[in-house]
Amino acid sequence: MAATKAALTLWRRLAALLGSLLGGLLAIGGVRAADLPEDTAEGLLHVYNGGGVTAAGPAFLVRKSVADRFSLTGSYYMDAVSNASIDVVTTASKYKETRHEFALSGDYVYRDSQITLGGSTSHEPDYVANRISLDITQEVFGGMTSVALGFTRGDDKVGKKDSPEFSDTARHWQYRLGVSQILSPRWIMSVNAEALSDDGYLGSPYRAARVFGAAVPERNPRTRSARALMLRVNGDLGSRDAMHASYRYYTDTWEIKGHTLELGYSRYFQETWLADTYLRYYTQSGASFYSDNAQSETLYVSRNRQLSTFDNAAIGAKVSWLWRKQPGKYEVKLNGAYEFVHFKFKDFTDLRTGDKYAYSASILQLYVTGTF
Amino acid sequence: MRQPTRTGAALLVLGATLLLGACSSFSVPTVEPWVKPYERERLADPIMRFSRNALPEKHVEHVRDVREGSRGATGVQGGGCGCN
Repeated sequence: MAATKAALTLWRRLAALLGSLLGGLLAIGGVRAADLPEDTAEGLLHVYNGGGVTAAGPAFLVRKSVADRFSLTGSYYMDAVSNASIDVVTTASKYKETRHEFALSGDYVYRDSQITLGGSTSHEPDYVANRISLDITQEVFGGMTSVALGFTRGDDKVGKKDSPEFSDTARHWQYRLGVSQILSPRWIMSVNAEALSDDGYLGSPYRAARVFGAAVPERNPRTRSARALMLRVNGDLGSRDAMHASYRYYTDTWEIKGHTLELGYSRYFQETWLADTYLRYYTQSGASFYSDNAQSETLYVSRNRQLSTFDNAAIGAKVSWLWRKQPGKYEVKLNGAYEFVHFKFKDFTDLRTGDKYAYSASILQLYVTGTF
Repeated sequence: MRQPTRTGAALLVLGATLLLGACSSFSVPTVEPWVKPYERERLADPIMRFSRNALPEKHVEHVRDVREGSRGATGVQGGGCGCN
């Protein structure tokens, strides 16, 4: 009992201490006014090409303030996919399909807080995905620290082409917490954490697994929980150039562990050109139920190479050119970005050759951005 | 049972104190923000932003989400899809 009382007293003292510190912290922050995100328009043409898959299409986004404290953002995104990936050519037939995604969100600022409520709907012939999200960002400590909290809820309807008897659902939850911190007049860092939960049909009705060399429909668990933590730092190097570094750790209940490392460098050329380059390395361990060719019957089995053990390395560059500018009125930039990435799979066999599978892909983006 | 409870509570307070002490922005209410607003000009430049343009970042996030096992914590939402 004495121990319980002592613990309760300590808890109360700790709560009082935290309360006073947070009160002081907010007082330091003072009453500042967060700014609405600037009015923006973006038009993008994107192309992904690699591993027998081509996905390309346009995308548009417009954000416009409609009152002092409120702005609306609308966007459209299209993916026209032509799929002749190794899964498809070895177990099914090549196909084409188009995905359309519409998104709408509203930003509201009050004092030093920004609240964003958004929703999106994505449609393809055999899959419908709906998302709703709420994000709150609060500036504290005189604007040196920014704390962000976010939540996303998703509902999917899963179908199968030419199989009207197949119908299933999937639900998703995402919880985000992020802090960005100004370290000095030249350095800024951020820490982001996210917890993700999925429930329902989490595989593909088209994909086959291999058991004793025979193709069988894949069987995935119907739940998955994941945690991700990302650290980022940006530093101004003093000659109108900057460096960027980030690391992400990921782990989930399917026993996938992933590490992502990225290093980048950006530099202005003359008054109107900005160039970015980066290197990215990603590696992951495979899911516990992944098998290239299972040698025993198990409850769950998958040959989805996204769940296998593999790594990839990428090199990318972006160029931005300030095309038109009227100070205080508008600014238009023309941009291009290209990434080359090579995937190397440790335990996924190319059934056509018997070798471990590897492929390279290109990501190309051409886009126009304007602020007004 | 007493000792572990007290020790646990003491560790909790010590841990919280150390955490608050280590994180200077949360340490003492009298600490002033050490980078003044007029010193943040470089940080406001697009070259220093974690996120610049929503659409191209969404595209890259989407490409990676459907090909890698890892997801999340990037501050960008790739959007839902079947992507089989």
